[in-house]
Amino acid sequence: MSDLLTLSNVETYYGPVMAIRGVSMTVRTGDVTCLLGANGAGKTTVLKTISGAMEPQKGEILFNGESLKGLAPDVIARRGIAHVPEGREVFAFLSVEDNLKMGAYSRRDSRVASDLALVYDYFPVLRDKRRQSAALLSGGQQQMLAIGRALMLRPQLMLLDEPSLGLSPKLVAEIADIIVRLNQEQGVTVLLVEQNAAMALSRSDFGYVLENGRIVMEDKAAVLADAPDVQEFYLGMKDDGVRGGRRWKKRKTWR
Amino acid sequence: MDALQLLVAGVSQGCVYGLIALGFVLIYKATEVVNFAQGELMMIGAFIAYTFINILAWPYFYGVLATLLSMAVIGVVLERLLIRPMLGEPPFAVLMLTIGLGFLLRAVAGAIWGAEPKTLSTPYASDVLQLGEIIVGYGNLAIVLGTGVLCLALFLFFRYSRLGIAMQAASQNQLAAVYSGIPVARLVTGVWAVSALIAAIAGVLVAPVSLIDPQIGFIGVKAFAAAIVGGFGSLPGAMVGGLLIGIAEQFAGLYLPPGFSDVTAYIILLVMLFVRPQGIFASMMQKKV
Ligand SMILES: Nc1ncnc2c1ncn2[C@@H]1O[C@H](COP(=O)(O)OP(=O)(O)OP(=O)(O)O)[C@@H](O)[C@H]1O
Ligand SMILES: [Mg+2]
Repeated sequence: MSDLLTLSNVETYYGPVMAIRGVSMTVRTGDVTCLLGANGAGKTTVLKTISGAMEPQKGEILFNGESLKGLAPDVIARRGIAHVPEGREVFAFLSVEDNLKMGAYSRRDSRVASDLALVYDYFPVLRDKRRQSAALLSGGQQQMLAIGRALMLRPQLMLLDEPSLGLSPKLVAEIADIIVRLNQEQGVTVLLVEQNAAMALSRSDFGYVLENGRIVMEDKAAVLADAPDVQEFYLGMKDDGVRGGRRWKKRKTWR
Repeated sequence: MDALQLLVAGVSQGCVYGLIALGFVLIYKATEVVNFAQGELMMIGAFIAYTFINILAWPYFYGVLATLLSMAVIGVVLERLLIRPMLGEPPFAVLMLTIGLGFLLRAVAGAIWGAEPKTLSTPYASDVLQLGEIIVGYGNLAIVLGTGVLCLALFLFFRYSRLGIAMQAASQNQLAAVYSGIPVARLVTGVWAVSALIAAIAGVLVAPVSLIDPQIGFIGVKAFAAAIVGGFGSLPGAMVGGLLIGIAEQFAGLYLPPGFSDVTAYIILLVMLFVRPQGIFASMMQKKV
């Protein structure tokens, strides 16, 4: 399979603070790839750098073999990368349906109406509430709306930033399953950022682990899920006492 | 019948405040920038109409059309030249810039058209409508009708058109809008064009009934008060605030000692800030950045 997205040695700063320290990673066409990491590891920053909300100081990002350098985020979206940001960013005072239609704002093709029906099939609750304003939806419904709106762009690649955040376990599973279905049924390649490593790894083909702005581990998701350090630090299966106090950043031997 | 006559005058004046307040609110909602030159844009619009219609002797209709077009272009140019380069600067800096722009526009207008007051000629303004004991000038009638039609058009535009909904989306959540592929920068330019257009309409409507000179833009200060009274961020609020101030001014002029009329707007503003600081229509804007 071919590479849809490649990052090579990307460095991104907040003012003088380097948040991403030379990240290289690949998202292959058709895969669900996950990016794991603790709070503040830099996951959101990686996604913002891909979608053009932040400009990398160094390094290169190729999408379909073309550089995204210097492109505005709305241009990158129109190239086929839909970013579902952290925190369910919906258009609070527009109706649910208008939110979805705005996802297709840049499209001129005739399939927008059928895609709207498709989104409603994936998220029937949105169809029931389509005339309500988005502010009146629950957190989980807003997350569905944000994902549905991203789907309306008909993206090749969907960037999902912690879609499980703050949702009940049942809803987490429901949304995770829909992400997998979108990947398999609609052919959307997915880059999934998660702190919920168990959920992410069980649904992904490939995974990366980010710590302090660096990739410290990368492998097939199934392999990562079995790795002792991933189990200890991200899946919460603590191996009593043996590794107590050791941090990832102290290990120099990961790559 | 005095009261009714005053009401008519107040509504007409209030429409003018409301139109300028609409411009403030539109730009604020789209960009969080307050364009203090909104009153001056109205003044420029009035002078451009005067140029086409009185100096170049174009037929009224074409003169107005040309004015609206010119002002929309001016709005685009201002946004591109002055505002966009200020992206990321503190709002305070942009505010100072627009105040400076107001000074500049007054100076330019003085240099081109002179300080002497002018009147825009129209096919209608000298006629009056007699309704019982109330006399309504066609000029005032045109202001009220024109404002009404414009408000309806704006309502339909923002409620039903793709572009209008996208403008709302961009103002509600800029980040989500760009991630959805909405060309937010272009829409912001569009909002400036619309605001300048509304200012031009205000200018064209007001010029036949009051004299035009480079200082008339100062009513922007009262319109600003109207926008706050209405709940800065609400378009209907801007109109209601404008009407309230326009009407109150007329009554203050008759029933209160001389001089009160001119400070009515600020008294209403102060009272409103004490009683209901969020304005009549609590702002619908909870911006996420
Ligand atoms: N706006 C900002 N200004 C300065 N530093 C920032 C800013 N946003 C994030 N950072 C810093 O950059 C680093 C990476 O942040 P980022 O938001 O990418 O982490 P994250 O992995 O998404 O965390 P979380 O799981 O909490 O969402 C953190 O150390 C954070 O302190
Ligand atoms: Mg994050």
